[in-house]
Amino acid sequence: MLIQVENLTHVYAPGTPFERVALRQVNLQIAAGEQVGILGPTGSGKSTLAQHLAGLLKPTAGHVLLDGVPVHSAPRDHRLQVGIAFQYPEDQIFEQTVFREVAFGPRNLGLDEAEVTARVRWALEMTGLNSEVMSQRMPFTLSGGEMRRVALASILALRPRVLILDEPTAGQDPQSRRRLLERILTWQEETGLTLIIISHTLEDLGHTLERLVVLKGGQVVADGPTRHTLSDSALLNAVGLDMPEPVKLLQTLRQKGRKVRTDLVSAAEAATEIAHVWGLPPPPGPSPRRGGEEGRGA
Amino acid sequence: MNQLLPGLYVPGDSPVHRLDPRVKMGAVLLLMMAPFALRGFWGYFLLSAFVALISVVSRVPLLALLRALRNLFWIGFFMFFLYIFTTPGQPFVAWGGITATWEGLLAAGAQIYRLCLLVVMASLLTFTTSPVQLSHGLEALLAPLEGLRLPARELAMVLTIALRFVPTLFEEIEKIAKAQRARGVDFRSGGPLRRARSLVPVFVPIFVSAFRRANDLATAMDARGFRCSPHRTRMQQLKLGFQDLVATLVVLGVVLAAIGVEQLT
Amino acid sequence: MSTDSRPFIEIKDLEYVYPLEGGEQIKALQGVNLAMERGEFVALIGPNGSGKSTLARHFNALLLPTSGTVRVDGLPTSDPRHLGAIRQKVGMVFQNPDNQIIATTLEEDVAFGPENLGIPPDEIRQRVEAALAAVDLLDYRLHPPQMLSGGQKQRAAIAGALAARSSCIVFDEPTSMLDPLGRRQVMDTIHQLNTAERLTILLITHSMSEATLAQRVLVMDAGRIVLDGSPAQVFSQVERLRGLGLDVPPVVEIAHRLRGWGMELPSSILTVEQMVEALC
Repeated sequence: MLIQVENLTHVYAPGTPFERVALRQVNLQIAAGEQVGILGPTGSGKSTLAQHLAGLLKPTAGHVLLDGVPVHSAPRDHRLQVGIAFQYPEDQIFEQTVFREVAFGPRNLGLDEAEVTARVRWALEMTGLNSEVMSQRMPFTLSGGEMRRVALASILALRPRVLILDEPTAGQDPQSRRRLLERILTWQEETGLTLIIISHTLEDLGHTLERLVVLKGGQVVADGPTRHTLSDSALLNAVGLDMPEPVKLLQTLRQKGRKVRTDLVSAAEAATEIAHVWGLPPPPGPSPRRGGEEGRGA
Repeated sequence: MNQLLPGLYVPGDSPVHRLDPRVKMGAVLLLMMAPFALRGFWGYFLLSAFVALISVVSRVPLLALLRALRNLFWIGFFMFFLYIFTTPGQPFVAWGGITATWEGLLAAGAQIYRLCLLVVMASLLTFTTSPVQLSHGLEALLAPLEGLRLPARELAMVLTIALRFVPTLFEEIEKIAKAQRARGVDFRSGGPLRRARSLVPVFVPIFVSAFRRANDLATAMDARGFRCSPHRTRMQQLKLGFQDLVATLVVLGVVLAAIGVEQLT
Repeated sequence: MSTDSRPFIEIKDLEYVYPLEGGEQIKALQGVNLAMERGEFVALIGPNGSGKSTLARHFNALLLPTSGTVRVDGLPTSDPRHLGAIRQKVGMVFQNPDNQIIATTLEEDVAFGPENLGIPPDEIRQRVEAALAAVDLLDYRLHPPQMLSGGQKQRAAIAGALAARSSCIVFDEPTSMLDPLGRRQVMDTIHQLNTAERLTILLITHSMSEATLAQRVLVMDAGRIVLDGSPAQVFSQVERLRGLGLDVPPVVEIAHRLRGWGMELPSSILTVEQMVEALC
């Protein structure tokens, strides 16, 4: 098991009038190479958990282990095997050129310049930026979307074994969100890294990741295959998550007695499912009813 | 989550809290200047007793005041050595060509004590006066200078906006610092030069974001008609009450007594 | 002054050009004609760079036309004498919830607009209370901004416009930085203000679901308004919107696909309820 979270409890501002229990006895295990979504409403403890996984917070009680070693107290190089991008990661940009910004992490690792340059180029290409054109540009002159990609590249350049993304699509329009999520999945495919995405939006996580952990009030209330959790409408409503419209539609149809699956998040999948149940001639393309490949995107 | 930042407002309902901010600010100014007119023990004693009394009456937690004093440690440290080595007088220790004198010890003690008194008084002001009131008080005190083309109201607004953003900036600094730690920055190792350099990845982004905020704020303020009318009013009005008169007289009385008691001894 | 018969917002042949370094010019808006009546709820959608924010900023004279005219309740924005009145009539809520709050407590911030108008202090107090009550934030009046959620901050901004007695509020992507709960709160507030108080609303958004709540949808592309109609009318043009790089609401997408596979469905389906009815 790559990551082990054992009875993790975190209390903010203990002993003050502002004391707040953010995480309560959280237990979680993540294997190398897994894709995990961590879902929950605001205040459920998701960001706190993310910071613990990256070794940035000290547990009030319990352990967070990476390869059996507690991440928080480990030497820096051990901790840096976990890369983390916070919400609006472009806020952390400070260098004068894109190259220097992306090279920042690898240089802190003490790598030689040849390796640093290679990593910068690789990381920029992975985020869809042309390293020749971009390297000498000033990051603050780029568009918001490009700046975000530079920030993500700067974390990828660390070549972490685990990548944690806290709301990677925050503030973006729908097309940019989709493109970014698809790209993130290719990183996982290409490098085999363990991927953890934190979100409060089912649309982002529902049809892209295999495993879903749901948090509420600092505790894990669900942990299993995404499809499983998605079909548990009672749970999702109890947690107070925003239902994507396709899910709402399927749930309503099911309440009216139609035998439709309710675990499909995208409009395309929902349409195909309805077509099947209503007996339309089978549409072309991969079908959710067949096991394996699911339709992606809307 | 630094809600108990040293020097910031602690809500309460003590008699000190209820005083008009103009009176408090005037009193602090006066009390801050007073130590410089004092030389002997009794004057200081009276003043210190008065400040201690205000601390008790204002119900500000002692811990908060002590924390404010703790920030003075390094200044106090340097002052100590500065004064004992540079004040002429009777030496009590000599080392190489440098001598430490008894007079120096006394001078260092007095200066450090004065500084502590100043800090406690300033802290009492900020602990018992909300940012809104501070800005009001400042505006009122600077108003006479409007005649000299000083934009008192705008200055007061700058103060309010700055105070409003302090907690927000703190949170942002925390977030950026964590993000940079996650990229390998080590804020705690190395000599002072190295540590100073490690702060660049934190301060540059904060600076950039501060400019963006300022820009957005200016646009929002324009959109809400900020510069459209020559006559801005204020929802909160400052009204002087009986307690303000009493407080003013008490403070004047204490200061005069402190100076007077010196003349008598 | 203002007559109820004229449109509240009248834009004729609006063109907005701004210069870049190096002598180039960008035509952010061209040939824009628009009339909005009092009480209308209009959604404005379009790809990035299409000029939505630029157009919105003409509503309260933050930007002035390079050519053409913009009238707010009959008052031309180009006349500086009307600036105060225009900015009182049209309030604006921006995208970043933090960067529009200037005061240290909620009620002080809501008071900012009336203070700028020179309203007497007692009246300001009454207005602030009423505005906070209207957005359900009265219990939070003494809260500092850092103790408010994103949704609450945006509602505070709305309260600010209400306290100034604005009859129109322009929203520039008010929910894009909010979590789902905040988005719901803000959209519910907007909907309620439009239906109960007849507030004129212009909502710029990337969310097609939000756009369906409006009575009228404008689609912009490259500085022009290219579509203008009811949500049902606009969103039925699925291919056209796709071509502009825009989504349609998920339910519209589902209906469109089902129709493509032979199912008979009304062309005006927008919501889950309508779809369920059509299917069952």
